[in-house]
Amino acid sequence: MKSVAVIDYGMGNLHSASKALAFADNNIKVNVTAKAEEILAADHVVFPGVGAIRDCVGEIRRLGLGEVVKEAAQTKPFLAICVGMQCLMTHSEENNGVDCLDVYPGEVKYFGDDLKSSDGSKLKVPHMGWNQVSQTLSHPLWKGIEEGARFYFVHSYYVEPKDASLVAGESEYPLPFASALAKDNQFSVQFHPEKSQKSGLALLKNFVNWDGQS
Amino acid sequence: MGLAKRIIPCLDVDKGRVVKGVQFVDIRDAGDPVEVAKRYDEQGADEITFLDITASHEGRDTTVKTVERIASQVFIPLTVGGGIRKVEDIRAMLNAGADKVGINTAAVFEPEFVKEAAERFGSQCIVVAIDAKKVSQPGEANRWEIFTHGGRKPTGIDAVEWAIKMAAYGAGELLLTSMDQDGMKNGFDLGVTRAISDAVNIPIIASGGVGNLQHLADGVTKGKADAVLAASIFHFGEYSVQEAKEFMSDQGIEMRL
Repeated sequence: MKSVAVIDYGMGNLHSASKALAFADNNIKVNVTAKAEEILAADHVVFPGVGAIRDCVGEIRRLGLGEVVKEAAQTKPFLAICVGMQCLMTHSEENNGVDCLDVYPGEVKYFGDDLKSSDGSKLKVPHMGWNQVSQTLSHPLWKGIEEGARFYFVHSYYVEPKDASLVAGESEYPLPFASALAKDNQFSVQFHPEKSQKSGLALLKNFVNWDGQS
Repeated sequence: MGLAKRIIPCLDVDKGRVVKGVQFVDIRDAGDPVEVAKRYDEQGADEITFLDITASHEGRDTTVKTVERIASQVFIPLTVGGGIRKVEDIRAMLNAGADKVGINTAAVFEPEFVKEAAERFGSQCIVVAIDAKKVSQPGEANRWEIFTHGGRKPTGIDAVEWAIKMAAYGAGELLLTSMDQDGMKNGFDLGVTRAISDAVNIPIIASGGVGNLQHLADGVTKGKADAVLAASIFHFGEYSVQEAKEFMSDQGIEMRL
């Protein structure tokens, strides 16, 4: 039985992520943990996150998990979700500027306060609800998921990697932004697969069955 | 292509049982919130809101267990409202698997609680519920006030100003219920919905008064709501969530179909 570690650094609703993984594939053992040895012993690692980035990065550092996250990201199928994804960038504009883990050179940026859609109507921030994801790369994690499928988002900041070839999924609000990144054995999503019904469960199932090769 | 407007069925739950008679003919236990939530999930609900009307403290443990059961089987966002007064109440619901909590009366009596909650858990999980009632007379400029105790007690607080304040305090979303319209089936109060949606930059959920599918569509097109919440039109099987989404989509509203 494959083991999946969900990194628990005290931020967010880990119940949902672990239940959704277990529901998506009943052939795995899900372990919600902050212990370095358990994270590094797992076959697959999920790095979730919600809330403010200063608190997330602060807790990761306080628990000494920064290097563990980086090592897991180098060595096994690795899925970062929402603020987890943002933590992988170099720096975020949120909370007056926060240095992140710098796995991917790039910035986390604010959507802005006066967003308008193409028809002139106001776009609210946070970007909250079901938006379409265009699959800009073919990838094993998109298997069986329709192009343009909707996923559930809730965030006010988005990632902008320096290397645009990492972008695996793109959404619009109103301008295009990276809603998924892929590199080697790493996949990151801005949306919440654990809250995105069938499409989200399909992505999680693809992840736990992924060998880390793109 | 872009962000879809949301439909949110709302369940009233007392001691772990759905009240206000949900009537699905083909459901085994229409009193079980898990069964009902699963049904709405299958119909394409974009989120589910669960209003806990349990009065007793012991009953709250049942609520936590119910939230855990729903969150283990239904993988769409879940908001829990009712009786959220302390940071510990929020933590208990989030740990059980809720994604957001609704704060109502506690926000009115202690606005700083909203600030504290947003700082502690993030704005994305803090929904402030606003119960508003029109207080201006015919012929006067429209004015709405915040009411508590199920619409019985006026507070003297202007609803639009209150919405602006709650957004500034860190609310991630506002659930606006028109107390004049609630249960009347005449549609949302589009005036207050639009006034608040125009005044703040966070999403607004319109609630109270839905009697047909046109009311839902009007909440979005005329009230500028980002999401619409309804209970009885879905509970009694008059319309399915799927039918409501198709109806709204036919009127040019972007929906997740």
